[in-house]
Formats: sequence, structure tokens, C-alpha cells
Amino acid sequence: MADTINNKINFEHSMAAHCENGVTSNLIKFQGIKLSEAMIFGIGSGIFFSYLPFIKLNGIPVISFRPLPGTIFKRTAKRLGFKVTAKKFKNKDKGMSELDNLLEKGIPVGMVVGVFHLDYFPPAYRFHFNAHNIVVYGKENNEYLISDPVMINPEKLNYERLKKVRYAKGTYSPGGKMYYISEKTAEHDVKKAVIKGIKHTCSDMLTIPIPLFGVKGIKYFSKKVKNWEKNLGTKKAALYMAQAVRMQEEIGTGGAGFRFLYAAFLQEISIIFNNSKLAELSKLMTETGDKWREFAILAGRVSKKRSEMEEPYLKASEILLEIFEMEKNIFTRLNSVVKEL
Amino acid sequence: MKKQEVPQDNENMLKGTEEIQYATDENGNYTQIFSKGWDIKNDILREAWNEVDENAKIALQKVISGEKSPIYFYMIKNIMDYKLLSQYAETFVFRVKNHCKPKFFKKLSNGKLQIYAEIFEISIEDLINPKTVESSIEKHTKN
Repeated sequence: MADTINNKINFEHSMAAHCENGVTSNLIKFQGIKLSEAMIFGIGSGIFFSYLPFIKLNGIPVISFRPLPGTIFKRTAKRLGFKVTAKKFKNKDKGMSELDNLLEKGIPVGMVVGVFHLDYFPPAYRFHFNAHNIVVYGKENNEYLISDPVMINPEKLNYERLKKVRYAKGTYSPGGKMYYISEKTAEHDVKKAVIKGIKHTCSDMLTIPIPLFGVKGIKYFSKKVKNWEKNLGTKKAALYMAQAVRMQEEIGTGGAGFRFLYAAFLQEISIIFNNSKLAELSKLMTETGDKWREFAILAGRVSKKRSEMEEPYLKASEILLEIFEMEKNIFTRLNSVVKEL
Repeated sequence: MKKQEVPQDNENMLKGTEEIQYATDENGNYTQIFSKGWDIKNDILREAWNEVDENAKIALQKVISGEKSPIYFYMIKNIMDYKLLSQYAETFVFRVKNHCKPKFFKKLSNGKLQIYAEIFEISIEDLINPKTVESSIEKHTKN
């Protein structure tokens, strides 16, 4: 344990809507490439949908609008010509001393942490959520310097605290996972990276042959929601609704389960490629985002038992079915536009 | 979502920070807007913490009536279950279940109590003598 090191890497902290985008964007910027959060998100194929009845969070099936934690970083860095290293450590102190070694070499390190014991994090959001990303960029007077993209300013954590959040337990426990850019393997080509990112996204959203993922997952979700009240009872169904909204609008989605963020990406690349079809798709994506917000408002009312609407679950299910049609249309069209780029 | 539609419902849920939302400006261009919160989310968070408090109150009653040990109360208060607590305590689920029973709890060594106290981030005295349940959401949102 290198207790005495004092080492501050010249690292620029900037905020982002989503923690992993922010971490990726900041780590890539450290390598000299400045890209917006939306670009990072699009290149890293950050948009997704899955309904996972067999993975539970607070006893409720997971609805996710993103791929597994760590994938945006891995994909973006690779597509921009960097080699990344990701490691987990069973031994906690080893996990910490390896971090110290990297910091001494001047390497800023991304890591996955749980927020329950993350004491600078807004307390009202401190549940057992284990897929939060931060960068550690130095150590000063025995405290680690933290760049957390959802916080306005850089933060600090002491050794014990950082160890605790790196080894948070429960669903998706991070297990001390850390990652960093280890070398540059090729000159970066943003356009190429964008095309790769879009192709991957279209494939994820349209072609996974299990009906829980991509646009088919939204359809499945729609079907499930319709019967939630009947199958689960009013109280439990309300909790399910509340959790769906939390997953969709948790800190860092940029609103509407990342749909606005992806619309921002499509808009930015429509300029880069000088392609009006992409601008059109961006507009459609914004409409989808607005529809997701409509779902959240309804689900929020239902969860508070304040909906005056008749059969709110049926209505929620209908909204989701509409979203399914909209997103299917967008990604099918995007899939053909990308071939022209 | 348009810039002016980004909700600014401040209930101090984001204490210490604000949230970036993406919205379009008057020319339809995407821009980052800071949001102080959204009613829909604020309500759900408040509801979630009230539920935690309710469960904690029930758990505290069980401690007072002698049915459960204080470890059970703190487990519920910290939104854990036997499995999650056993992972934090690095022991077996059946051990944790036992420690949640008063007759096993009484026999716990100081070392064992210390492990639980650290998980719950309280002193051993507080672990042995759980206090009343205060409103989590008030605590979390006060300045």
C-alpha cells in the first residue's frame, strides 16, 4: 500500500449526463481527442433496451436502457484506436495497490462503484445501485481525487471509503473493477468509429433473437405491463411502475432513457456527414423520447395511485407499443442510412 | 423535449449537484440544460424512502417485542436482505439469519458486533440500542 504517494495527474473534470459517457469522454480527452458526450454515446453504442425478468433489483425485474456497465468505454476507446485494459481483483488491498501503481505512472483510472456508501453522492439517490462510473486521477494527503461526471466539482474519497464502494455487494457488484487506456494502436478516424457504432446499435436493437432485447424487448415490456395489475396486485404493480420510471430517468440518462442523448448524437453526425436523413431521424428520436416521458408521467401517477385515467396499465402498455413501432422504424431506417455513409 | 420543458422542480433531491438533460433550443439544436429535479422522480424517490422508513418501523417493533435482534432492524433500515447483508459480512446467510435472532445476538463477540457496526456505519452502542426511525427523505434533502 503506497500510503505516502502524492500524485495529481493533470486531468480535466467535466460533467456529463451519464456517468460512463462522462468517464469515457474525460479519459479520451486526456489522450487528446475532444468529443461531445453525445458522440461518445453514439460511437460506444450506448443506446439499448432490455427487459430482464431473471435479474432483479429490489426484487423487481430489471428494465435497462443501456448495455452492461463498462461496454460504452470499451467500445468507444477501441473504435477510436486505443487499447484498453480492464481488471477485477478478488483481493481488495491488491485492487487498491494496483490503482496506486497506475496513478504513480500518471494513468487516470476508470472504475465501477456502488453508490450506497458513496458519501458525496446525493443522499436521496443512494440506493444499492452498483453500476456507477468514476475516474480516479490522483492521490493527495492520503485522499483519492475523484472525477465523477454527475458531480459539478471534483470530489475526494479516502482509502477505506474508496475500497468500500469498489467492493459494494449485491446486483452487478463491481468486484473492484477498474479500466484504463493502455496504449494507442491506430490513428483515430471519427467517421469510421461512428459508422461502427451505428451498425452495432442497429444490430442490437433489431436482430437479437431473444424477445427481451432491443425493440422486441419494448414490445415484450408493453405486453407485461398490460397485466401487471392483474398479475401482481395493485400495490406491487405500483412498485414495478415506480422502478420502471427510476430506470428510465435515473441520474444520467439525459432524459427519457438516453433517447434524447441519441437524438443529439444523430443531429451532430448529420452535420459531420452532411446528411439530411440523419437529421430527420434525430427528430424522430426526439419524438420517441417525448413518448418515453409520457410513459414516465403516467407510470409516476399510477405508482402514486393518482391516476384518474381508466385502465392506466392498458394505456401505459399502448404507449410502449407505440414506442416499439417508432423505434423499430427509426433503427430500420438508420440501418439503411448507415450503409450510404 | 424543448429547452423550456426541462423540469426544474427543486426539492433538494440532487443535493450538491444538478442533472444534465438534453433538450432542443429555439432552432431545434440539442443543448445541455441543468435540471434541479423533476416532480415525477421526486415523488417516486420520496415514496421509495417512505417505504424504507415504514419497513424499518415494523422491523423496530419486532426488535422491541423480542422477535428479532437489532441487526435485523439495521438490515431493513439499510435496504438490505439476508443475502446482501451476508455478502457484506462475508459470511453465510444462515449465520446472518441467526444473528438476527435475539438469543444468538446476545452471544455475539465484540469483534462480530464491530463488523456489523462498520457495515451499517454506526457505533456498537447504537447497534445494540436502535433508536426511533426518523424520516429518511427529510434527512436526505435538508441542507
